[in-house]
Amino acid sequence: MILSLASPFQRPVCRVAKFREAEAFDSSANAAYTMLPWRFTALDGNDRYVATNLVGEHLVLDRETIGKFARQELAPADPAYDELKARHFLIDDDTNVAVDLLALKVRTKLAPLANFTALHIFVVTLRCEHSCPYCQVSRANNDRGEFDMSRETALKSLDLVFRSPSPALKIEFQGGESLLNLPLIKLIVEEAKRRNETARRELAFVVATNLAVLDDEALAFCKAENILVSTSLDGPAELHNANRPRPGRDSHERAVDGIHRARGVLGHYNVGALMTTTSASLNQVKAIIDEYLRLDFGGIFLRPLSPYGFAIKTKSYAAYSRERWLEFYFEGLDYIISLNRQGFDFIEHYAAMVLKKMLTPLQTSYVDLMSPAGIGIAAIVYNYDGTVYASDESRMLAEMGDQTFALGNVHRDSFEDIMLGDALLEPLTQSFAGSVPGCSSCAFEPWCGADPVFHHATQGDPVGKKPLSAFCTRSMALFRGLITRMEADDDVRALFEKWANRA
Amino acid sequence: MIPLRARALEFRGASPASAEVIRVSLSADRPAIIKAQEGFVVGTGPVPEGFAWYLLGSVDDFQRLPIDARAVIAPAQTMFLGQGDVIAVDPLRKAIRVLYRGNSPYNHFLLTERCNNYCLMCSQPPRDVDDNWIVDEVLRAIQLVRRDAVEIGFTGGEPTLLGERFFELVQAAASHLPGTALHILSNGRRFSDGEFAAKLGAIGHHDLMMGIPVYSDLAHLHDHVVQADGAYDETIRGILALKASGVRVEIRVVLQAQTVGRLPHLAQFIARNLLFVDHVALMGLEPTGFARANMESIWCDPVDYAHQLSAAVKTLSGAGIRTSIYNSQLCVVPADIRPYARRSISDWKQTYLPECEGCEAKRECAGFFASVTHGRSRAIRPIVGAS
Repeated sequence: MILSLASPFQRPVCRVAKFREAEAFDSSANAAYTMLPWRFTALDGNDRYVATNLVGEHLVLDRETIGKFARQELAPADPAYDELKARHFLIDDDTNVAVDLLALKVRTKLAPLANFTALHIFVVTLRCEHSCPYCQVSRANNDRGEFDMSRETALKSLDLVFRSPSPALKIEFQGGESLLNLPLIKLIVEEAKRRNETARRELAFVVATNLAVLDDEALAFCKAENILVSTSLDGPAELHNANRPRPGRDSHERAVDGIHRARGVLGHYNVGALMTTTSASLNQVKAIIDEYLRLDFGGIFLRPLSPYGFAIKTKSYAAYSRERWLEFYFEGLDYIISLNRQGFDFIEHYAAMVLKKMLTPLQTSYVDLMSPAGIGIAAIVYNYDGTVYASDESRMLAEMGDQTFALGNVHRDSFEDIMLGDALLEPLTQSFAGSVPGCSSCAFEPWCGADPVFHHATQGDPVGKKPLSAFCTRSMALFRGLITRMEADDDVRALFEKWANRA
Repeated sequence: MIPLRARALEFRGASPASAEVIRVSLSADRPAIIKAQEGFVVGTGPVPEGFAWYLLGSVDDFQRLPIDARAVIAPAQTMFLGQGDVIAVDPLRKAIRVLYRGNSPYNHFLLTERCNNYCLMCSQPPRDVDDNWIVDEVLRAIQLVRRDAVEIGFTGGEPTLLGERFFELVQAAASHLPGTALHILSNGRRFSDGEFAAKLGAIGHHDLMMGIPVYSDLAHLHDHVVQADGAYDETIRGILALKASGVRVEIRVVLQAQTVGRLPHLAQFIARNLLFVDHVALMGLEPTGFARANMESIWCDPVDYAHQLSAAVKTLSGAGIRTSIYNSQLCVVPADIRPYARRSISDWKQTYLPECEGCEAKRECAGFFASVTHGRSRAIRPIVGAS
């Protein structure tokens, strides 16, 4: 007799009656459940609430269910019970492995903090041939060397860059118009690569440029050194040129031409574009998006206008309300969703970054939505004059005369002075959203940021009163807007999941 | 179906001693010292002297053997055994067991029949017996496996119930087969003891994957499938401990009535909590063992869970997790996730049905377990053209 079963002694199995039913394994009802840390915030006027667990996994529940759960009255038979249990809002007699998994997820979320500063911004010159009214730093006459970073300052700054323990270091060149000081960029790249032969970091470079002065020499250099290009594109020609005046009123033409040339040399994905929103943008979001489509970008970052620098001086920040920006934003988002429905892949990057925090266990490197804040410890700025700032916004504030977030100077201060000084640690600890009034009880806190520089700039202290905070208003509206759209439509949910994983 | 095990065989010239593990040779031309350790498959050609064993296709061949030769008549096995295959010859039990076949990518060693789960659909129902002898046999077999073997597997029962001997086996695979991948099927519960997991990690096997089942995002539903209270928490903790010890983990989900309902939830759970696993295999039922006995309560036609399977695959692969569908026929897998379906059924137990005649996707299709008599989808049909 030949048996072909895997066991040497296999006998035919008799009908076994020893199996127990599913209910026999469910001891949920044996004792009251224990709530794990969770929060809730109203979603909309329909009695719907967003509940989040410790790490930002969310559920939308009705008021009655939320109430029952909070009062320890939710029955295991209630369908919401299983969903709350599976997403680690509770443990019960049946299972408590949620505690281990939550702990792991908290560690995963916070682990990048230990890497410390990854983004290092070098302001290689303040000179610029544009004169944009919204410009967030002083522009200076084109040919005055006093606004250029010196060789000594660059080398001292690099000392600090390589003190960061981060396994990945990204050096971004900003201005003014960074390419007006190409010789210094070349020096910094060469020197950083030399040091990296022993430091062995994952080293990357980005040149932020308006592309107007992009010449073949600069392009060949970027190609040879594997440097990415990031540029400004505000929308169609008329809007772009109105926002970004330069002699000849040809900013848009030069940017578009530069994008094509840079792609041709560096490769399509090595050229990025960012738009700045002004009051003139508000009624033409579709035209702005269409311009990005026309130029074959895979997405757009619909940015809010920041309250710094000339933006405040010229009152352009006050020129439109936060509500008007939200209308602009959601009109654009819905247009982009409709494009995707037609089968046209296109991402809105702001939403994608928020969705990554909402729908995955991972974090983004978007500094504005970090808590602890990203100032200094995620990104840091070395100004042309050697001053070290906690963020790009910090140096814009300084250009307006407020030195609050100046952390030190590369010629005078050590790495320890700069990174452990009160100028950095005080706003970091004070603004930590997990312990800030208004934030600590907010369901959206796991997805949100602290942004102490914004709150200092607008309210005079790094924490700020959240009900008055435009940052809070905008973020809350964004979270609610995204959730509402996901809840209403499974296709949108699938699209958002896709974005979350791509961000 | 290729018969890897045979009992009630006729032995000649052998005292009823305990089993011997030997390598098989089809070639007569071997050094004498090697022949003394090998079994010769007797074909139509001349029969050389000096082999430890002779495997015969027919009793008629017996007269062609050297005097005093030890022989077993195993017609089914002599049909497929190849050079370098490894078998156990067991005169006491009048059996032979094919332990390793060089021309098969599927070589799994059963390490024990004992298990601390009692799964509704177990294809290898556990038995609580002292089967330590199996370990000795496998340890010997590992030394004889060709060192250019691509992959071997350990299965059970639950291999970790062997305790220290489990590590002995993994170490043997690491040492004797330094270029061979090792795939181990375990319920993972034992690894909830972090030290046990660390010990496995410390062996530092060059290419190890632990295949561990997770059946639900809800503990009691998993515990029901495996018929063991508290198993879920232990399995999840085991996965965490293994990954913390640097051991790669594959999650295996059997698609059956108890698991398909919340399959998209399970996928979300894995993407959110276990994003670091190395592979997720979503596996059609193997209708043997308990699965056959429990068919009525566990069967769900693949066409009825196509939507859930599709959603789960998209969530998992979207999150960047390597994802595969095993044991499912392409004609019942939704077209958009067919690229994830693998030809996964071991050759020795794989077959197609008459309905498959004319199917253009047959070569890429997993086909069926040969044991399938019930548990076939009502939607099996040949794929022709773009359908």
